[in-house]
Formats: sequence, structure tokens, C-alpha cells
Amino acid sequence: MKYETVIGLEVHIELATESKIFCSCSAKFGGEQNDHVCPACCGMPGMLPVVNKHVVDLGMAAGMMLNCHINRTTTFDKKSYYYPDLPCSYQTTQWFSPICVNGTLQIETSKGKKDIRIKQIHMEEDAGKLVHDDWTNTSLVDFNRTSVPLIEIVSQPDLSSAEEVVAYLERLRSLLRFAKVSECRMEQGSMRCDVNLSIRPEGSDKLGVRTEMKNMNSISAITRAIEYEVSRHIDALENGTEELVQETRRWDDIKGKSFAMRNKETAGDYRYFPDPNVMPIVIDDEWFDSVKNALPEFPEIKKAKYIELGLSEYDAGMLSESISLCECFEAAYEVCKSAKEVANWLISDCMNIVNKKQWTVDMLNLDGKSLGMLISLVMEGKVGRTNGKKILEAMFDDSSINPGEYAEQNGFIVSNDTSLIESVIKEVMAQDEKSVTDYKNGKEKALMALFGKCMRQLKGNCDPQLLQKLLIDCINKA
Amino acid sequence: MKLFTAETEVKTQKKVVLDDMILTKDLPTCAGSKMLDGYMSLFDAQVVTKLSEAQIGICGKANVGEFAIDLLGETSYYGACTNDGKLVSASAEIVKTGKADAAIVLDVNGAPRRAAAQSDLVYIKPTYGTVSRYGTIPAACSGETVGVISTTANQCKEILGIIAGHDDKDGTSHADTVCQKIKTSSEKITKIALISAFNVDSDTAAKIDNFKTVIEKSGVSCHTVEGEKLLCARVAWNILMSAELCNNVSRYDGIKYGHRASEYTTIGELYTNSRTEAFGDLLKTAILYGSDTLSTENYMKVYDKALRIRRVVAEYFDELFKEYDAVLLPGCSKSFYTEKDIETNKYISFEENACTAPASITGLPAVVAGGVQIVGKAFSDAGLLDLAEIYEKGGK
Repeated sequence: MKYETVIGLEVHIELATESKIFCSCSAKFGGEQNDHVCPACCGMPGMLPVVNKHVVDLGMAAGMMLNCHINRTTTFDKKSYYYPDLPCSYQTTQWFSPICVNGTLQIETSKGKKDIRIKQIHMEEDAGKLVHDDWTNTSLVDFNRTSVPLIEIVSQPDLSSAEEVVAYLERLRSLLRFAKVSECRMEQGSMRCDVNLSIRPEGSDKLGVRTEMKNMNSISAITRAIEYEVSRHIDALENGTEELVQETRRWDDIKGKSFAMRNKETAGDYRYFPDPNVMPIVIDDEWFDSVKNALPEFPEIKKAKYIELGLSEYDAGMLSESISLCECFEAAYEVCKSAKEVANWLISDCMNIVNKKQWTVDMLNLDGKSLGMLISLVMEGKVGRTNGKKILEAMFDDSSINPGEYAEQNGFIVSNDTSLIESVIKEVMAQDEKSVTDYKNGKEKALMALFGKCMRQLKGNCDPQLLQKLLIDCINKA
Repeated sequence: MKLFTAETEVKTQKKVVLDDMILTKDLPTCAGSKMLDGYMSLFDAQVVTKLSEAQIGICGKANVGEFAIDLLGETSYYGACTNDGKLVSASAEIVKTGKADAAIVLDVNGAPRRAAAQSDLVYIKPTYGTVSRYGTIPAACSGETVGVISTTANQCKEILGIIAGHDDKDGTSHADTVCQKIKTSSEKITKIALISAFNVDSDTAAKIDNFKTVIEKSGVSCHTVEGEKLLCARVAWNILMSAELCNNVSRYDGIKYGHRASEYTTIGELYTNSRTEAFGDLLKTAILYGSDTLSTENYMKVYDKALRIRRVVAEYFDELFKEYDAVLLPGCSKSFYTEKDIETNKYISFEENACTAPASITGLPAVVAGGVQIVGKAFSDAGLLDLAEIYEKGGK
């Protein structure tokens, strides 16, 4: 019999806010254990939750990127369960009235385009982390991550293969990075995925027994886990190797197997109820519009626009992968009006520096306007290209640098003073008579040697075409 | 925090006592529970900060029942307070004996109102959201309010004026302009609905009659209204209070602070043993009851219904306020309780809270004076205290 796979995903995304969801502690990844904590996120009595508005902004932005309906009145609820990494023994989440519902995400696979329905997006707080010390046989709690804001994006069971799941996750990551909702770094846990999977005979409309795999944090592991689960399910149905039960399973990527988690860890009634300490959040038109207007265009729209500006498919694709590149590109283009030049500078020169600094593209902190000014200076021949690169490097270290002023202060301005250039040429010719003779005897390469020496002497501040013309003139005259 | 000691004593300076639900950095805050025995907070409650800023001295902490849900403090880990065989509330007794000018309390289940009614003190439970709950030990957040017990209405007004106001750290706190409303009386109370649906003992009935007689002298008219709908507030409040309490005390798991059992082998045992050892019977009952009302099976049948009853009670008050300026209820159905009453009925505080539940569940302001309770419109706190003052002056 042929089977089809039915998959729904629950994706947790840590939001890119400065502070936590209900207190002013830092929400940054890392730090010493229990460095980013206060009485509120440690679950001490007497602290009351005050909602971080930026969390709601980003929740809305995520919903808008996924074509969701935004609930204009949204509330927080408490979910109770005991675990040492949950200091209050309840998690504040959205159960009754989540911020976004009914969206879609379009994916593209080898089989073509497909719309995946989004059931809802809700905001919630993250839990802390347990660190097990085998040496002393103790467990320690780190509350740094407690109350870091999350959104959970719940899809409908519309996915039917590992390929589609990967396409979904990659598209989701791209859109949310684009809208600056999250960095979506699976390796740092800022994007985590629960996979709900069942199989059924092809064409059947009845869902099979569903299993859930929790906290998957790498795309390749998700692929392997799905493939394993599908074959386990088919095996169970065809060969009766085991009886399928609805359960939560843990994926062991090293063993390449999934294991049922003990019932104790998963059973339980979460006893949701509205949090009386958080007033319903009402999103008025002004707030709604401010978030909507700040959203970027979709990456493919940007790409199409860039191609229209004359960029190659490849360059346009590169730029539209990152919102920071797009923003920098657009601001620079606004100033210098040459899309190709800006793309060259960004994709080769800027990316070289980013790579050298071991940054990610999203850490690019270059001011697009300044970049545009620099490119203009080079295009107009006021600054040489090599000196332009030096200025660019300086701009990476100090974003307040004005390229024109910097070029003047550091002697990077091209000189068109022919008498000065000619005096340098004569000096060089006098020092390297051999090259002069070689050139006269038809060795074209010798001219380049002389050209290079002159350029070095002039510290690069010379229009190369002018220099070449004057150089040839001088040799001919000599 | 400004501690009141013999050295800092200034003749004009006022001193207050805090009940043990209000967190202080310099004194332990234990909520009457073994769980928090000796617990030192890292911060002061907002009311403590405000009192200190106003140069009010804090002369100490007063015993409360475990998480302030009982009758008069009898479930405290540190023991009940009695006077002449009668159960008394520690904070009210401290005010009554002149050891403090006022007591700042957390009114969770009406204990301060019962205490004030029985010991003829004046008490105000202000409109919900006008006094910050930042730094109060959470029990039943949707209805609990910081209140003031004192000997005169004027004194209550003065202390309330200091502690009321907006606080950014409390998400349920009203805007400051709204909070300020409770400090000035906008309209005089002239017409009162006297609710007759509650059963009371003869002493309490006499207090109500007396109050009525006195204020009628000043031209206030009292009209008897059955008010049966207010009776259903008790059951609804017990559900909401237990559910929230169950959730709020779930943080005391023996992991981070508070009592931890010495014997356990698994994490489950650590939780169970710590909580079994440190929580008292009434609290345990409330936890079980609250947990059950929030279960998937019972949420719609029980908890959601309680929320609807809250709405019904609030709407009934609205209806009464169309015709009357305030509503008079007993502050307590009996003029005193003894330890024997508790022994006979362990859950007496979940029955004797009938008179206090209507104002708790709706967040309306309530003033106790002359042994009766007057519930007013939202933000009419000053008007209610004016009425209490009229009573104090014998209706003049």
C-alpha cells in the first residue's frame, strides 16, 4: 500500500528584543549563568508582569509577514506545570486569544509551489535551562533564558515530506529575519521546532496516529528524524512491529532513532486560565499601521526590483537574502545612482570585510548613505579605488565617518595637477631607465611597471587614465 | 524603608504596621506560612517606598493567616492571635491598642474587613488598581487590594492619600489621573441601599441599625433592598481565589528559596515533601480545589462560570448604583469567632466571606465603619470615608 505523510509544525522563535517579555533584564544570548536575572524572572513573589511593547510589535510583524489576521484584542494566559527551570511553575503564554490567526506561508519545492496554512501565532515566555553536573550528581538552574520572549508559530497539518518541512523552515527563517523579528539561529536555540507527524493510506482523509518530536534544532536532524519516523510508522502498520500510540518522542541524532519519552514528562493538565495581572492588549489603528508601515517588502519583490535596476540574477539574489544588505544597497543607490557599482562594493568589498571580521551578514552596520557617497567619489575619479577600499575599512570601524572629509584629512584626494604628475613621471623614468628602454623596444609590460611605480609615488591619488596618457607622452618625448 | 525605632521617633511622626503579605527588604516577610519562614525580599513593596518617602515610620510586621485567605489569621504558621478567647487579627489589634496609627494590609479574602467590623475600627479597601500591588505576596491577584485600617476615617484618608497612585511596575495600575480621583470626594453619598439578604447575628444586626440611625440624622436615606444576587458572589469568589492561589503558590516548589524537605530522592518527591511539610491544611484545600476548577474537565463548568458570575455581580452593583449612591452590607456576619468555631468548621473562612466577597470580586471600594461595610462606585473612596466620618461625628 502507498502511504502519505501528514506533518504539522510548531516553531518557537526567540524574538530579537533587547529586554525580556515582562521585565527589563537583557534578553541577549549568552552571558555568565544567572547574569540576566531579576526577582521577576526568578519567580520571587511580589513582582508583577509588565508587557514589553516591542514583543507585541514583533508578534504583529511576524503575523503580517505570514498573511495572518491580527487579533486587535489579545490576552495572556497562565499555563501551569512543575519543572525546576520554570521559576513560577507557570508559563505566561497565549491560549484563549493569540495575537495572530489564519495565515499562509508559500513554499517552493521540486514539486512546485504550495501554500501551507498557519493556524496561529502566539507570544509567550521562554523557560530557563538546567545544567546537569555528573561529577557532583547535581542539577543547577540557569535563569538567563527565563522570560526571553518567544513566538510559537503553529502550522496546519499541510506538510507532506521532509523536503517540504525544510522549505517551510527556510522560508520562515528568511521572512522573519527580513522583518527583523528574530535572528532565527537554530544552533543558538533561537529557532526550535516540534514536528507532529502521522501517516495514512494515500487518498484517505482520516488522520493516522500522531507522534510529536520536540525541540529539534537543526534542519538536517529534522530531515533524518522525519525519514526515520515515517519508516517506523509504516513498519508498524505493515508488519505490526509495534502498536502506534499518540506520544511525545525524543530524537537522538547520534543514534539515528527516536525514543518515547516517559509518560511522566509529558502527561498532565496545564490548567490554562487568563492571567489577571496582564490587562488585555488592545491594538489600535495607529499602532497597527506603525508596524505595518515599517515592514520590508518580501525578498523576491526586492530581487525583481534589483534586476530591473540592471543587476544580474545572481547579484540581485545575493543582496535580497539579507535585509541589512538590502537597506544598505537602497540607501547607497539613492546617493550614487549606480546599482552595479553598489552591488560590486557590497558583494565583494563589504562582504570581504564582514568575513574577515567573522561577522554574519546581519551584523553589517554600514551606513548606506555614506557608502553611496564613497562610491560617488570613486566613480567621479576624486578618490582612487584602492584608497576607496581603505576608507571603507575605516567606515566599518567608525560608522560616523564622512567619506569625503575622511579622504581629504588622510590625503586620499586624486590630484589632476599635470605638472606634479609629470615631475613624478620624470623622477621614476630617471630611476628606471631599463624599463623605459624595454618599453621603447616594444615590451608592453614595462609600461605597467613604470605606471605602478608612479602610482605608488602619487599614493594612488591620480586618475589612472590621465597617468597612463602622461606617462606615454613623456616616454615618447624622451 | 524607614524603620520606626525609639531613636527615630519624632512626636509628629506617624507610624504604621504592615501585615506580613507586604514585602520589605529589611524585615522578613513570611505570609504566615512555614514555606516562607524567614524569607527576606530583595526589594520593598511600592507602598513601603511611598510611606517612607512621606516620612511615615514602619514599626513592624503583623501576623497574617497563611496567604491571608482565612478568617482572622488563625491559620498562620506562627499561631492564631486571640484576645479574651476571641480570635483577633494581629494588625487590627496593634492599631486598636495604639501601638501603630494604622495598619497596611493585603485584603485577599476580607479578613481586614471582618477585623475592623468586629473591633470597631475604620478600614478602607480602595478601588482595585489605585494602590500598587507591586511587592505584595500574590494570592488572588484579580481581587486582592492593599487596604488601610485605622482608628478614624480621616487617618485612613491620609494614609490612603500617600499610598494611592499609578505605578509602572503594576500592569493593572490605573493612570495617575484616575488614581487621584479616589482622594477627593466628588459627590456626597445621600441615598443608600441596605442589603437584607445576608444572615447576621443579633449584635451585627444592632450595629447595622445603629449605623443607619446615626447617618439618617445627617440626611442620608437608607432603603432596604433584598440584594439576593450578591449572595452568589461568595461561591464565585471562592473558585477564582482558589484557582489563582493554587497558581500563585505553585512557585514555592522548594527549588529556589523557601522550605525544602530534607528527605527526597526524586524531583517529584522534593516538590511533594517540601509542600506537604510547609503548607497548612486550609491552603492545601484551596490548592486542590483551585487546581480542580482549572482542569480541562472543569474549566468551562466551574471556572468560566465563576467569571460569568463576577460579571453578574458587577452588573447588579451597576444597577443598584443607578438608584443609590452606595450599598450597605454587614462587614461580618458574626460579632466574634472563637477557636472552637474553626475546629468545628475548618472551612469557615470560605463561608463567612459571604459579606466581603461582593466587593472583592468586583474590585469596588469598601469602607468599614461602625461595624458595617459600605460598598461604593468605583473611585468613590473619598466619599465613602466622608460617610464614615459623618458616622464618627454622630451624624452631624
